[in-house]
Amino acid sequence: MSILVTPQTKVLVQGITGSFGARHTKLSLDYGTRIVAGVTPGKGGQTFEHAGHGVPIFDTVAEAARQTGATASAIFVPPPFAADAILEAGDAGLELVVCITEGIPVNDMVKVKRAMTGRPTRLIGPNCPGIVTPGHGPDSRGGCRIGIAPGYIHKPGHVGVVSRSGTLTYEAVWQLTCRGVGQSTCVGIGGDPVNGSSHLDILRLFNDDPDTHGIILIGEIGGSAEEEAAEWIRAHCRKPVAGFIAGATAPPGRRMGHAGAIISGGTGTAAAKIAAFKAAGIAVAPTPSAMAETLLARM
Amino acid sequence: MNIHEYQAKQLLAQFGVLVPPGQVCATPDAARALAEKLFATGAERVVVKSQIHAGGRGKGTFKSGFQGGVRLCRTADETQAAAQAMLGQVLVTQQTGAEGRPVHRVLVEAASRIKQEFYCAALLDRALSRPILMVSAAGGMDIEEVAAKTPEKITREVIDPAVGLMPFQGRKLAAALGLTGDLINAAVKLFAGVYQTWWECDAALVEINPLGRVELPDGRETLVAVDGKIGLDDNSLYRHKDIQAMRDLAEEAPLEIEASKHSLNYIKLDGNIACLVNGAGLAMATMDIIQHYGGRPANFLDVGGGASAEQVTAAFRIIMSDPNVQGILVNIFGGIMDCNIIATGIVAAVKETGLNLPLVVRLEGNNVGAGKKTLADSGLPLITADSMADGAEKVVGAVTKT
Repeated sequence: MSILVTPQTKVLVQGITGSFGARHTKLSLDYGTRIVAGVTPGKGGQTFEHAGHGVPIFDTVAEAARQTGATASAIFVPPPFAADAILEAGDAGLELVVCITEGIPVNDMVKVKRAMTGRPTRLIGPNCPGIVTPGHGPDSRGGCRIGIAPGYIHKPGHVGVVSRSGTLTYEAVWQLTCRGVGQSTCVGIGGDPVNGSSHLDILRLFNDDPDTHGIILIGEIGGSAEEEAAEWIRAHCRKPVAGFIAGATAPPGRRMGHAGAIISGGTGTAAAKIAAFKAAGIAVAPTPSAMAETLLARM
Repeated sequence: MNIHEYQAKQLLAQFGVLVPPGQVCATPDAARALAEKLFATGAERVVVKSQIHAGGRGKGTFKSGFQGGVRLCRTADETQAAAQAMLGQVLVTQQTGAEGRPVHRVLVEAASRIKQEFYCAALLDRALSRPILMVSAAGGMDIEEVAAKTPEKITREVIDPAVGLMPFQGRKLAAALGLTGDLINAAVKLFAGVYQTWWECDAALVEINPLGRVELPDGRETLVAVDGKIGLDDNSLYRHKDIQAMRDLAEEAPLEIEASKHSLNYIKLDGNIACLVNGAGLAMATMDIIQHYGGRPANFLDVGGGASAEQVTAAFRIIMSDPNVQGILVNIFGGIMDCNIIATGIVAAVKETGLNLPLVVRLEGNNVGAGKKTLADSGLPLITADSMADGAEKVVGAVTKT
């Protein structure tokens, strides 16, 4: 098992004809992911061709979902159009929407979050690497890859990884795979101040997934999502958790690349988050090189 | 992006927030002319305020020795003299660091007769994903200190973005500040304007500190934004051409401006070990691991997910422009990127820039074998590392030796 997606999940891609969307659609098809439809308004009826795959393109998400049975979407549309794309996917009744787009106005996400309240669609991202549930083929092919993560670094197994950062997720996954330890599902929740799913939302899913036996939780400076996750872990989590917080050396008041990675008003510091992790019994990796080892020592 | 106080007040005024009468001036003569006009229309005193993107101006000191980046003046002569003493000089405050900031403009305003000072801000509550309006009767003070020592003095209203700030919420906030009578409606109007400024301008923060309860010449009282600070959401600037025009490059570090031209995310720090990394999270973690092994990071530098050879060269040039740098750690997890392309870029950049500092390279990911071979065959004195920890240890060791 896994969380959010399985190798059977049917995925559509919004923005499939853009260069970024097209490139990663090809990589997902190569990985063995069931990309069943693309959506680009005005290009309905065309076909996205790659290595023997022909993916039909539709004008609307609703039409694409109806015709192909897709239940999940990967969004690669440019920032000014991303909020609209997310809400279109929600309106079409998709179960899962993964928004990769970086640079969406914060207030657009405030509106999106408000509009999606009480609806069944789960949003991951934006500004995230996406989700991978590794498959059982060579280099973990045959899995479900939604987004931009490198597929081959994964290995099927029983560790769940959740992080705000893309490359730091790859670092953790690669450390696990190099030690022969596989992953159930790896989820990048994104580096923006307003995102669809929090660390805590994903932790709950890992906690309930019988196939996930341990969790790596990667956070960074800014906001209080890590503290909330730690509080929940202390009270409810039945599985070993290792954590790392990036940004101990970041100066206050400066945005460290990610829109959400900023220490403001004295809150969101790495020290406070690490203290919250430790108080919750999370094994804190002393360096980012030791994320896998720290979890394995706990398991 | 941040903007100056005078620009923040222009935006606030557009949304109905009362600000003191005044204008920005770039010369002592202009300041004098404006002061004469303000005195002629009934101002008792005029205030001259240095315009820099940093707080603590009032208590700041100019490198010339002149005290105070904000001065109260009783005559046009005094106003001119104050502007003369500030313009073109470097102001050092608690927030500027020792190097200070040059003052190119002053805001000249009629000084308000302030009876009481409050604090008011609109910002995003990240945990709720909703805007909030926050007020405190402890105005004019550092709000972080108020929040830490006396959190009960801060009142918040959460705003539903679908309906905006409702008047009843403004009345609740007014009551929390102890306002009565006509001042309640003045507060409702002001809070609505502050929230609208935040929402319509796509601000990250709109802060009025102090918000003054002010006595007008006719004896009535009202609420005035005595100071104003606005930070903008960079992601939204594309839809605000007018606000983009407010960008003041003189307030930004030259290396950071250069980096932004190459779509590199660079922040200068004060250590001596530079790093060049792909991805923001990994870049922060690389700074952290340098410190863990006893070094001090010289910068944050994220070259992004698809860095080109041109970008890598630009990144090296920027790193090497920092005179404090004594060693460089390159940490690339080339998930999708081809490590060999990155290695080729590094070799070209080192040759082009004539780098002669210890350079440690940790490459991992796609086609890493070919990448490592390119580095090894280059004949350059590179130090290769097998992990982040190995790389950090090696660069700290190399810098300590020199």
